[in-house]
Amino acid sequence: MSDIKKSGVSRRGLLKAGAVGGLVAATPSIFVKNAWAEEFRNNPENSGELKLGFNVPQSGPYADEGADELRAYMLAVKHLNGEGDGGMLNTFKPSMLSGNGVLGKKVTYSTGDTQTKSDAARASAKRMIEKDGVLMITGGSSSGVAVAVQSLCQEQGIIFMAGLTHSNDTTGKDKRRYGFRHFFNAYMSGAALAPVLNKEYGSERRAYHLTADYTWGWTQEESIKNSTEALGWETVNAVKTPVGAGDFSQYITPVLNSGADVLILNHYGKDMINSLSQAVQFGLRDKQVNGKNFEIVVPLFSRLMAQGAGDAIKGILGTTNWNWSLQDDGSKAFVQSFGAEYGAPPSMAAHTCYVQTLLYANACEMAGTFYPPEVIKQLEGFNFDGMGNGPTLYRAEDHQCFKDVLVVRGNENPSSQFDLLKVVDVTPRSQVEYDWTIFGGELGPYEVKM
Amino acid sequence: MDAIFIQILNGLDKGAAYALIALGLTLVFGTLGIVNFAHGALFMLGAFCAVTFQKLVTLSVKVRDEGVTAFVAYKEQPYLETWFGDTGRIIIDYSVPLSILLAIPFMLLVGYVMERGLIKHFYKRPHAEQILVTFGLAIVIQEIIKAYFGANPIPQPAPEILAGSANVGAWVGLGNNLVYPWWRLIYLCFSGLIIFSVFAFLQFTTYGMVVRAGMRDRETVGLLGINIERRFTVVFAIAAIVAGVAGVMYTPILPPDYHLGMDFLVLSFVVVVVGGMGSLGGAVLAGFLLGIVQSFASMNEVKEIFPGIDQIILYLVAVVILLVLPRGLMGRAGVMDD
Repeated sequence: MSDIKKSGVSRRGLLKAGAVGGLVAATPSIFVKNAWAEEFRNNPENSGELKLGFNVPQSGPYADEGADELRAYMLAVKHLNGEGDGGMLNTFKPSMLSGNGVLGKKVTYSTGDTQTKSDAARASAKRMIEKDGVLMITGGSSSGVAVAVQSLCQEQGIIFMAGLTHSNDTTGKDKRRYGFRHFFNAYMSGAALAPVLNKEYGSERRAYHLTADYTWGWTQEESIKNSTEALGWETVNAVKTPVGAGDFSQYITPVLNSGADVLILNHYGKDMINSLSQAVQFGLRDKQVNGKNFEIVVPLFSRLMAQGAGDAIKGILGTTNWNWSLQDDGSKAFVQSFGAEYGAPPSMAAHTCYVQTLLYANACEMAGTFYPPEVIKQLEGFNFDGMGNGPTLYRAEDHQCFKDVLVVRGNENPSSQFDLLKVVDVTPRSQVEYDWTIFGGELGPYEVKM
Repeated sequence: MDAIFIQILNGLDKGAAYALIALGLTLVFGTLGIVNFAHGALFMLGAFCAVTFQKLVTLSVKVRDEGVTAFVAYKEQPYLETWFGDTGRIIIDYSVPLSILLAIPFMLLVGYVMERGLIKHFYKRPHAEQILVTFGLAIVIQEIIKAYFGANPIPQPAPEILAGSANVGAWVGLGNNLVYPWWRLIYLCFSGLIIFSVFAFLQFTTYGMVVRAGMRDRETVGLLGINIERRFTVVFAIAAIVAGVAGVMYTPILPPDYHLGMDFLVLSFVVVVVGGMGSLGGAVLAGFLLGIVQSFASMNEVKEIFPGIDQIILYLVAVVILLVLPRGLMGRAGVMDD
């Protein structure tokens, strides 16, 4: 027995080590620095860089708008990494961004092509998440795409900062904890337009709607109908039109003898260009009905898209999320920066994409981590200014931004090729706010099981 | 009654576009036996001839907007206006119809190069391969257009005098409230003229007679010492010109973008099949018929009874016609029967 060599570990030592080990294991992980390391998808902790996923339409009908979004994203990345003139980093308040990357990490990016198709957009987002290792997805020019990608991001535990999406559903019945929208929505367009329509066209009008037959069109029609009927307007008819119909003549001609004196075009992009141009060709704007001038309203206006309609947009009322002609410090800084880089003013799509990227980056800085649930908590209820829309709130309950809304009119006498929309009114934020429960939906959990 | 009259006009107008594209498709299929999926792209190329012509005549001196400092914003003063005053303004105003002068030689060249450079190598290949190669070509053409002109539609205004609407109601005794755009009426007449010209060319000229003979029996015509292939090349170029000028004249109705051809292609194939493969008369008849049916299916009264019927009616009619007349309205025996 005495020949048996004793091991270096005594029974008492083993018990002590076990007790200490147990204590460490039992300590709540939140007291430990970088407690979430390796606990969430695509944690950039060890990579030295933060990769963002820009999922925009690079092909298909909205490719030009997608290209402008991508330009804005690249500019945002530059500014976050301390290159260029800093753009809105200089005006954004309160901000923790210093042009030193995000949490000390250099910002890089990967791009995907949504093709403005939900399945293609989900596939490219999935590819960027799983293969490229992006920590946040952003972009898009369609509500159908936004809803589809947002739902994927919730499943994957990746934050989605929506690009151009105007349907109430995005932050209504289809809202998600991991999805955030800076862009305004159809309800806000209706609420902002109504007082101007009342002032310009009076309260005794008969409206005829032509509506793109998908989620965005339906919610816009509903919102505009609610707002105009509250004014006292009568809705004569609301007709759904197939997306990409091209020739709308068979939908426009019934308007002529319907007794309506206002045509509301719930169309966007190519559909808006075609239906508006053709409505003007059919002489609607020269018509007198019920003793009043016939009017056309396009509730969602985009300068980039309006170019395609040529002179047909002149005098037409609508709303927009932002316009390059705004004179606040944030807008001026962004236009200056974007114009110097690309030689043209940014579109409203570019603006919202740029702002979303900065907001996400700032939320990471505020959270002190890239851990998505903590970043989400920073964005929820965040009040900010200096980003071109005045004081803005990211409402916690539905992840919708609330800010002033611009009512615009197609410019009758443009001073340049970019001067297509004239701001006629700025509807204050208080007039476009609503109870978040009216659209239903559930945000879902912070924690996502992988 | 008003609504029915207007929908007939709409249908004829829509049908005119279908008929013109289907006419070219049928011409190529009937002569060369080629199923040309790039034909829609030729329609789109024609439309972009109008865009190019407009860009040429509106080449401008740019007057800088000094109020904008972040980027170069300017107003344009076309050289033609500066140099020729009112004459320049008239040329710019009529740029769409004038661009036919550019479209005809350009489309002739495109048609010739396409047929000699690519299509002729697929005469004896299966239809599936022809479809693949021409569809691929269509995608290449539209991507080139997108690279140069962008993805957004580009507005092409009709001449100012024709930009308004005609009081068609008064013409037929239906009152003064019935109006229809002048340009659409012109497009309808223009289509009739083109269709008549193509038929007259085939029917009343010796050249056309040889082409028709070749369509019936290529081998025998060849044995008579006639170079039928060369004539078919010319027919292909004519089909390209028909598609091109149809595209030019359609631009004030639908601002063109790179995808314009694809939007019309599928419908035009439905028209060709319904009309009867290889039948020129069938293509024209089916074009107008389907245009009118589509317009009536879009009426609110019809949609209230059959919701969504406007989106499927063409295919529904095609199915019914092909069940009753398997070769289409005017299809000939032996064409695509195998």
